[in-house]
Amino acid sequence: MTKKQKKVLIRIIVSAVLILIIRRLNIADPVLEFVLFMIPYLVIGYDILKRAFKGIIKKQVFDENFLMAVATVGAICLGDYSEGVAVMLFYQIGELFQSVAIGKSRKSISELMDIRPDYANIEDEDGNLIKVDPDEVETGSVILVSPGEKIPIDGIITEGETTLDTSALTGESIPRKAEAGDEVISGCISLSGLIRIRTTREFSESTVSKILELVENASSRKSRSENFISKFARVYTPAVCYGALTLAVIPPVILLIAGRQPLWGSWVMRALTFLVISCPCALVISIPLTFFAGIGGAGKAGVLVKGSNYLEALSKAKYVVFDKTGTMTEGVFRVNDVVTADGAPFSGEEMLKAAAYAECYSSHPISKSLKDAYGKEIAAERVSDVEEISGHGVTALVSGRKVAVGNDKLMEKLSLTVPKEEVIGTTVYVAIDGKYAGFIVISDRIKKSAKKAIADLKKIGIKKTVMLTGDIKQVADSTAMELGIDEVYSELLPSDKVSKVEELLSSINGKEKLVFVGDGINDAPVLTRADIGIAMGALGSDAAIEAADVVLMDDDPEKIAKAIRISKKCMRIVYENIYFAIGVKAICLVLGAFGAAGMWAAIFADVGVMVIAVLNAIRALSVKNM
Amino acid sequence: MKKTYKIEVDCANCANKMEEAAKNTEGVKDAVVNFMALKMTVEFVEGADPKEVMKKVLDNCRIVEDECEIYL
Repeated sequence: MTKKQKKVLIRIIVSAVLILIIRRLNIADPVLEFVLFMIPYLVIGYDILKRAFKGIIKKQVFDENFLMAVATVGAICLGDYSEGVAVMLFYQIGELFQSVAIGKSRKSISELMDIRPDYANIEDEDGNLIKVDPDEVETGSVILVSPGEKIPIDGIITEGETTLDTSALTGESIPRKAEAGDEVISGCISLSGLIRIRTTREFSESTVSKILELVENASSRKSRSENFISKFARVYTPAVCYGALTLAVIPPVILLIAGRQPLWGSWVMRALTFLVISCPCALVISIPLTFFAGIGGAGKAGVLVKGSNYLEALSKAKYVVFDKTGTMTEGVFRVNDVVTADGAPFSGEEMLKAAAYAECYSSHPISKSLKDAYGKEIAAERVSDVEEISGHGVTALVSGRKVAVGNDKLMEKLSLTVPKEEVIGTTVYVAIDGKYAGFIVISDRIKKSAKKAIADLKKIGIKKTVMLTGDIKQVADSTAMELGIDEVYSELLPSDKVSKVEELLSSINGKEKLVFVGDGINDAPVLTRADIGIAMGALGSDAAIEAADVVLMDDDPEKIAKAIRISKKCMRIVYENIYFAIGVKAICLVLGAFGAAGMWAAIFADVGVMVIAVLNAIRALSVKNM
Repeated sequence: MKKTYKIEVDCANCANKMEEAAKNTEGVKDAVVNFMALKMTVEFVEGADPKEVMKKVLDNCRIVEDECEIYL
């Protein structure tokens, strides 16, 4: 608690104790009772009264302080001393609670995003480490990061190896290996070894600064619910106040005309009850707080939402359009299958080894994928007589055996017949010692979680999933089939993707939203065009972060459904709060008008509702098991 | 031109009132108050002097909410 809050707490305790004592005393003398009750009243309410007075001077009559002052002073004038004082007391308790709760959630959300590095280590001429402000490090300098420290600035490792904890950025708990030559992004924590990094950006341009800026500004883009509630508050308070005035005057006058007792006191009391209910803070606070907590919670799960409005839109997503390469697939060519010919005298492993050896001097992506799949050190001295036949493949002598690796044309040239394989991807044939040995399939692999990601989307009520790709029809169709995607459009140019998305947008009704998910490479225009653009694995790509509305910090497609679930939870809380707060206030207004709800009920409608709404809002922070 | 200022205000509705007051200040094209982050982002009218305008913004905000602060 801050000093200010502690002071209020002390005032609350003192006045509460005083009220209890005075009530116990059962004072018969009304003047003495009044004087005694004035002590706790002033202790708890002096600042409200002061502000109300200032408000009157500045003609701000719908100010909450003014409303509370009028309501309580009115109650006291009518002789309800303890009620007047108690209402002021509860009002202050509510305000205190609100300010503590908001301070807490502000803090917990900023801790959540506690990725700001405080310093960078650089070496001076004598090799001593000095700590400097990351802002002062120039691009191209070498910084040192010890185990347990945050990487302050984006760069490339020049020396050393380590494992990186990226959980603060991606929500992913498994550490990642990094060694010399690898690009690293700021905000990760180096866990195991000392590394030297040559920075490639300035601090202000680094990932960590970008993310912080984005999160801090997110709640400035207000959602429609927030705008609704602030407009509502602007109308609500004056409306209820005029209602109070009407209630205080009209019924007694009518009663008077009808020749009955006007009961001024009772009607004025009801009017004062209205004033207490008219305070709008419970309504106004809970909605932005929910969004703030929701955005913070999403950030913790590795989903950066750039504004409350996008979180709101995301909850209405009904159509999800994907890019294929890099989004649903890994975007890297890899060996997918190794098949030896019938009766071949060696295992797939041996054939792969032979192929990798034969290709060891080549820099073709396919050779690289073969070498990656083999995975072991290649003893290049065992390879001789390498001959690359352009457009065909490679032949070489590997440990004295003749190995040929290439396409069907190469096999034809060696007058070998090969079975025609119906596979998705590129087929590489291998012949050893002049005999056909088998084939290796190289393709872009579908991400492990892609299938589950699509199933999850279906589960949460997405009507249609669509895949757009520049890839050939055969590959696209089989990928879509395997993943269970409803519609697929292949062989598209980047500009075709935009028009396809526009076509889809025009076919859906306005309340349903279309999400486009891409990896941020070449699809910035589509990201902008869709209702919500989600860029995945976009860390370090400025263009994608710029164009997207939601950024997934790693490239796991399951996060798409997770992001939508988070947004739905957040919106559910928002609506709960709106209906609850407005509902309770409306009920209390009606009951108050008929005299069935007194000031106690009114103060509950104000403070109690706010406390519950704030507690409910904070639930949006929790995104575990979602 | 857009500038962001740190602010100090106690309640959410007061923040909304400040936003309204800032919006209605001469020289301000648009203003957004972010209560959760305690920030005010002001977009100035072309050619307006932010320093002069912000003084007026603060005055107007003080009218609707006496105990608010904008750190200029």
